[in-house]
Amino acid sequence: MIWAAATAPHVEPGFLAQLLVIFLAAALTDNILLTRFLGMCSFLAISRQMKTSIGLGVAVVFVTTCTAGLNYLIHAYVTTPLHIEFLEYIIFIVVIAAFVQLVEMIVERVSPPLYFALGIFLPLITVNCAILGVSLFMINKQGYGFWKSLVFGAGSGLGWMLAIVLMAGIREKIREDKVPEGLRGAGLTLVISGIIALAFIGFSGMIKF
Amino acid sequence: MSFKNTAGGKALIANLWRENPVFRQILGICSTLAVTNLLKNTVLMCAGLVFATALSSFTVSLLRKHTPKQVRMMVQVLIIAAYVIIVDIAIRAYFPDVHKLIGPYVGLIITNCIIMGRCEAFAAQNTPCASFLDGLGAGLGYSMVLVAIAIVRESLGFGTLFGVALPARDLWWHQWTIMVMPPGAFFMLALAAWFGNSMILRQEKGGNK
Repeated sequence: MIWAAATAPHVEPGFLAQLLVIFLAAALTDNILLTRFLGMCSFLAISRQMKTSIGLGVAVVFVTTCTAGLNYLIHAYVTTPLHIEFLEYIIFIVVIAAFVQLVEMIVERVSPPLYFALGIFLPLITVNCAILGVSLFMINKQGYGFWKSLVFGAGSGLGWMLAIVLMAGIREKIREDKVPEGLRGAGLTLVISGIIALAFIGFSGMIKF
Repeated sequence: MSFKNTAGGKALIANLWRENPVFRQILGICSTLAVTNLLKNTVLMCAGLVFATALSSFTVSLLRKHTPKQVRMMVQVLIIAAYVIIVDIAIRAYFPDVHKLIGPYVGLIITNCIIMGRCEAFAAQNTPCASFLDGLGAGLGYSMVLVAIAIVRESLGFGTLFGVALPARDLWWHQWTIMVMPPGAFFMLALAAWFGNSMILRQEKGGNK
């Protein structure tokens, strides 16, 4: 909004307002699944049932939030000062894998019911590209501090969950419908994702940077 | 024994069409969708992916007898990450403008399920040479679909190919903006999956009669 900046006196929004904008942008306008296409594999495979979609969604929100924070700290205090940014891919993936393992162990010890509910989904998350994607996009955004990174991670995870839950709801409704044989399964899911993505473009007027 | 009958040759050919990773197995489509709005980005991304798939399959197979079962996923991820870093540095050095657009997606080759899938399903049991060919086939099968999608998206969306305007574009062409936006990617991939699946279903039916 260049013309607006020229006419109105520029007011720096408060820190909390900035966090809110980052959160909404990550969840809606820049939805990690519908505009950046990350986490498609598990999205296509898991979105058949509402219940499992919610389980996986919750696990993804939790892991993206924590790994975004952890990887920010590593990026800011370890790799950048030592000039070993080229090793970041390896470090990030190890952090994610280790974190998922750790969460699995803690959840198993502290809350067995939750462990059985989430059990299968936790290991799946390591290879979900949305998680690594959040970390990579986060360090690509200049000027994000710790809190902004954390909020960005949470927003992205929530956006992913929103998309998979929407999709599961639609797929449960159309399960019995007649569809050309070649289009069944992934093809139809992709068409529906395209239509949902069209709807999400409508959000892009909502947030002004 | 001709080339077609060796384990590697068979795998190479199966991966190109019958077992094509993109539209038969719906693997690794995150990047399919994200980079295909410009042909140049697509070609670079594919070259990187072919390199990483072939060589990581080769390396995983080379080390398959020395890797303990429990940590083999981690070892595979690290091998893949090492090759992806090489790709990333090469693209950053020779095509800085492209790297600005697709940077994070290059890093995401690490979590591309095609590579992991080939390492786990083929390279862990076969000889290095056969695995190399299998990885090459998977990479090429993937590239084939990506380039086809990119040609359609760029020519319809921008009226260009490789950034060069198609003949007489300004006289009659009306750009389909939707093609370069995310929903266009979903629709194109859905069409590709539909086409591929129907062709293969028809072949299989013909074979059974």
